Amino acid sequence: MPARTRPLIERRWPLVADILFSAWLIARKDLSIEFRTRSAFLSAVVFSLLGLVIFYYAWDPTAVTATDLAPGVLWIIFTFSGLLGLHRSFGVETADRAIDALLASPVSREAIFLGKAIANLIFVVAVQAIALPALALFYNLPLGDVAGPLIAIALLAAIGLVAVGTLFSAMAVNTRLAELLLPMLALPFFVPIVIAAAQATAKLLSGRPVVEVSAWVKLLLAFDIVFVAACTLAYPFTVED
Amino acid sequence: MSFAISPDPSAPSIVEVGQLVREFGSTRAVAGVSFSLAPGDCLALFGPNGAGKTTLLRVLAGLLKPTSGSARVSGVPLPGGPLARSRIGLISHHTMLYEALSPRENVAFSARLYGIRDARARVEDSLRRMSMLDRADAPIRSLSRGMQQRVSIARAMVHSPQLVLADEPYSGLDDSGARALTALLRELRSAGTAIIIVTHNLTEGLSLATHAAVMQRGKFVRYDSADRIDAGAYAATYREALAASG
Repeated sequence: MPARTRPLIERRWPLVADILFSAWLIARKDLSIEFRTRSAFLSAVVFSLLGLVIFYYAWDPTAVTATDLAPGVLWIIFTFSGLLGLHRSFGVETADRAIDALLASPVSREAIFLGKAIANLIFVVAVQAIALPALALFYNLPLGDVAGPLIAIALLAAIGLVAVGTLFSAMAVNTRLAELLLPMLALPFFVPIVIAAAQATAKLLSGRPVVEVSAWVKLLLAFDIVFVAACTLAYPFTVED
Repeated sequence: MSFAISPDPSAPSIVEVGQLVREFGSTRAVAGVSFSLAPGDCLALFGPNGAGKTTLLRVLAGLLKPTSGSARVSGVPLPGGPLARSRIGLISHHTMLYEALSPRENVAFSARLYGIRDARARVEDSLRRMSMLDRADAPIRSLSRGMQQRVSIARAMVHSPQLVLADEPYSGLDDSGARALTALLRELRSAGTAIIIVTHNLTEGLSLATHAAVMQRGKFVRYDSADRIDAGAYAATYREALAASG
């Protein structure tokens, strides 16, 4: 290696921009790994479609209307398929202690968390992008008029789920029962987000005006702000010994 | 036990460790170690398994907080945040690589995290130094353990660290890889990089070292600077430490 003749490390951006840039590097790396292996994504998509099929055949259309059933089905599927990706999020770091190199790098712990969360969010949104049209197809739901608000609600809920799930994934990954521990830790925190999202979805699918779901949307927004901030600040404590 | 091991007391220290203690519950993994290293110094650290060598390196890498005592890298107290970490290169017997990515992608990822200028050239240079350019685009999982270790070394060196922490870096390397690593470490030393190397190979370690220590139960039980290192005495102390550790 040549002797250093000038500073090698370049840090000129403000702290927040630096954190976001590092977070994007980490997210891009995680997405590259997932794109190569596709293991978690395919599992999540197959799980979502299987869930839709099972609920479809268990459904009695004469007893429950599609618009009553669909919100529950949708959010059960989104929640559990998201867990598949969340579990893998820190799993890729433990294979040969790659997390040590990440933690020993000059990247802040907050950037690591945000990078993981961004990658998980893209993962969950990609699964939603397949599951949502599949739901409309199976249950013959006319989503055309409510597609915009529904996508917004799905995105807002995904942000909250991913924030909480990424934190608990980091906490559970080094335990022997990580696959069991992650849902046990995360699901109770998912409940308020899923309730708000399912209620908002139900109102939209039953043809109620968008203004009626604004209270649920505000609640989701509040959850997102609180969970993203709290989980980002809490993550460094999960990697301290 | 405390050792001041900078050859020149007026030289600025890259590493200063003072009465460093690291406990896990009631176990003292590192029990009051003190030393300092100037640019170009290389401390070879020997000792049986469980002596605290890896824990000491993990504290210096910022991966563990010291329970008490102090540690500074280039004057920055540890755990010192991004600035201190940017000056350290960590090599371990774990490769710390992503097996789905290629060597080039792994090293480039690290280079970007360190905010390196002309990252592409640095990545190529690091891979070339470890003779990995011809396999630079193969997935890590398709490489042998020794090749993975070469990539891991290239990753750790891409940002030209001021302090290299090498925990059993020869693990998995063949003769050619070991020679390349030794040459690289020698070159780093002559460029002013301080090195702490943990190894069970006395010959390899002592050939690089300007200073050496044997660690047992979290403490240095023997320490010598270059002019006083006696390979035979080190072998005897090491054997005693191994016997004492059971």
